[in-house]
Amino acid sequence: MTISHFSAVLLFSLFTSVVFGITQRAEPKMMMRFGAYCFVLFVGGTIAASWVMWLIKH
Amino acid sequence: MPTKVQYPLVAGDKGLVDDSTSRVSPAIAFIAGWLIPGAGHLLLGKWIRAALLMASIVGMFAIGIALQGKIYSANTGEPLDMLGFAGDLGSGILYGLARFLGWGQAPVLVAVADYGTKFIVVAGLLNIVAAVDAHSLASGRKRT
Repeated sequence: MTISHFSAVLLFSLFTSVVFGITQRAEPKMMMRFGAYCFVLFVGGTIAASWVMWLIKH
Repeated sequence: MPTKVQYPLVAGDKGLVDDSTSRVSPAIAFIAGWLIPGAGHLLLGKWIRAALLMASIVGMFAIGIALQGKIYSANTGEPLDMLGFAGDLGSGILYGLARFLGWGQAPVLVAVADYGTKFIVVAGLLNIVAAVDAHSLASGRKRT
């Protein structure tokens, strides 16, 4: 099995955000909000770091 | 004149624990959650959370194996390998299954396989977080 780097980021972020959301908040609504927040931070942080590395290289 | 005895209101005081606290022992919830991802929440009757945790952790572990990630073993002598082993061990029975069936023993040759190694380690660490959450629910430290 091979996947792209971006697919790996999405899968990692999805699974990790689900666990963080369930374990770090008590109410279902807050779990979903925190999970979504973590997902956006994971994916957004990776894209931002990727652009920083691209700028350093060029 | 009789004096009124006042007990300090501290966390852990029996009087502050409500009756809805689970009858499942916190240690049992933790061990079950560690051995089988989501089992701690399942024992506590949190079906949806258990299913989501199991899907996430088992899914992450399975994708790591499918990406030809490495399963660490104990006593390799390398400090980083020992940390990897500690992370892998968090997967509980999944780690034992992988060792028994010989998964993750091939040398890492491609970059995606290294991602697989990280997926497996993080799945173990997330399982520990989930098991601790089950412990907190069983002990009443986390209300719902």
